[in-house]
Amino acid sequence: MEHITLLLAIVVVTALVFDFTNGFHDTANAMATTISTGALKPKTAVAMSAVLNLVGAFLSVEVAKTISGGIINEEGIRTEVIFAALVGAILWNLLTWLLGLPSSSSHALFGGLIGAAVMSAGWSAVNGSTIVTKVLIPAVAAPLVAGLAAMAATRLTYKIKANPEAKATAKGYRAGQIASAGLVSLAHGTNDAQKTMGIITLALVTQGVVAPGSNPPLWVIVSAGVAIALGTYLGGWRIIRTMGKGLTDLQPQQGFAAQTSAATVILASSHLGFSLSTTQSCSGAVMGAGLGRKGGVVRWSTATRMFVAWGLTLPAAGLVGAAAEFLTKQGPWGIAATAVVLVGGSAVIWTLSRRQPVDHTNVTADDLDGNDSDSGTPGVVTTAIAAVTPPPAGTVAAVADDGLKTTIHAPGPNDPAAPPAPAAAV
Amino acid sequence: MKIDWAALGSVFGVSLVATVALVGLFTLGIVGLTKQEEAAARGGSATLARTGAYACFALCAAAVAYGIYLIVV
Repeated sequence: MEHITLLLAIVVVTALVFDFTNGFHDTANAMATTISTGALKPKTAVAMSAVLNLVGAFLSVEVAKTISGGIINEEGIRTEVIFAALVGAILWNLLTWLLGLPSSSSHALFGGLIGAAVMSAGWSAVNGSTIVTKVLIPAVAAPLVAGLAAMAATRLTYKIKANPEAKATAKGYRAGQIASAGLVSLAHGTNDAQKTMGIITLALVTQGVVAPGSNPPLWVIVSAGVAIALGTYLGGWRIIRTMGKGLTDLQPQQGFAAQTSAATVILASSHLGFSLSTTQSCSGAVMGAGLGRKGGVVRWSTATRMFVAWGLTLPAAGLVGAAAEFLTKQGPWGIAATAVVLVGGSAVIWTLSRRQPVDHTNVTADDLDGNDSDSGTPGVVTTAIAAVTPPPAGTVAAVADDGLKTTIHAPGPNDPAAPPAPAAAV
Repeated sequence: MKIDWAALGSVFGVSLVATVALVGLFTLGIVGLTKQEEAAARGGSATLARTGAYACFALCAAAVAYGIYLIVV
């Protein structure tokens, strides 16, 4: 019994950590354009987004009934599988953050779940056609829809030609961007905090703590909301820089068009029943706005790396999830080892990120970008990528592999040390 | 495998129309305010431009309110 409650505690904490990474990974969606066009100061922007995420978490009681939307068979899912899936999702989120690439947190979670479920129960646990309809097609559709809408809207604004010198123009676009960014933040809090609440509730159900089908307890709602808000406030500055400056150079009109398009697409898609990823809609909208201005450029090298990261999200998080599930299957020491891998991997990524930190002071700085193609990547990774530049698919994969190797090797020497951990905790 | 093309199509259509309409309205509102600002600088006033601008912004605000309604419900 002790062991079961400990496992449950680990899963709850891990789910909250995922929620936290989700928050800082996705700050860029709402605030990148607002920050890069100067509509809000960086710190103000993330603070506002954090508050709206927190509010969003409390707004809706419509808890995600299924955490994976039918992609995997959730009946009889074991708590360890959820834990392994979360480990995969968190590590992939951190790695893409290190590289400054906006990628979907939900897809990372789906990937982790798929990998862990396959390792646990075989391929029959995964619903292949749902992956196509819920992940692959939206991944192609989201940037296209949001991008085309943003491009058309940008064209229109430049055609109407508001006098850019006038005070009213600057003030107007500022207000407009803040409003649409606020909507995106609110929608994010509602959707993504719900996801974490769903996971924790599912874990509580599998352990028999709460009855199946019940609403999440208040402490779950509060902690999920707070975790996502804290993550948002921390700010994923690397991703904000890529989205706000790396993909294209945005003027206030473009920022407004992009943000409005993103907000519209997100709300329309969730309302009309064809869910599109927030991250992919926002990135697509930014690129569309970049293309819509005469003389505007999209840096396709950065965009390509982002597309590659989108493509890799599901399989990479899946591989980590599967490896983690393989470990947790081995029993309590395996779970402890997985926890060590998670903490160690996160520590490694964080240490790497400190070599060339990006924060609110330099998030909009131009000089950091170095050359156009590599804006947003930290030193170590830049050199690693530069060394193997030609096939972009290979580069990110190589880096991902490195990350996997370092994290997976970690438990080796740690194994003897691992068993005491649960004992100490119990 | 059944792909819901109708839903995808309507998301596409609604997003495109709504975004362009909103951004267009908002920009018109800003143009109206700019006119008013210029008129005020010359010592006159442009009531029509100002009223039009506020009407545009009111429609945008209504759209934002509808967005919040969609999130909450």
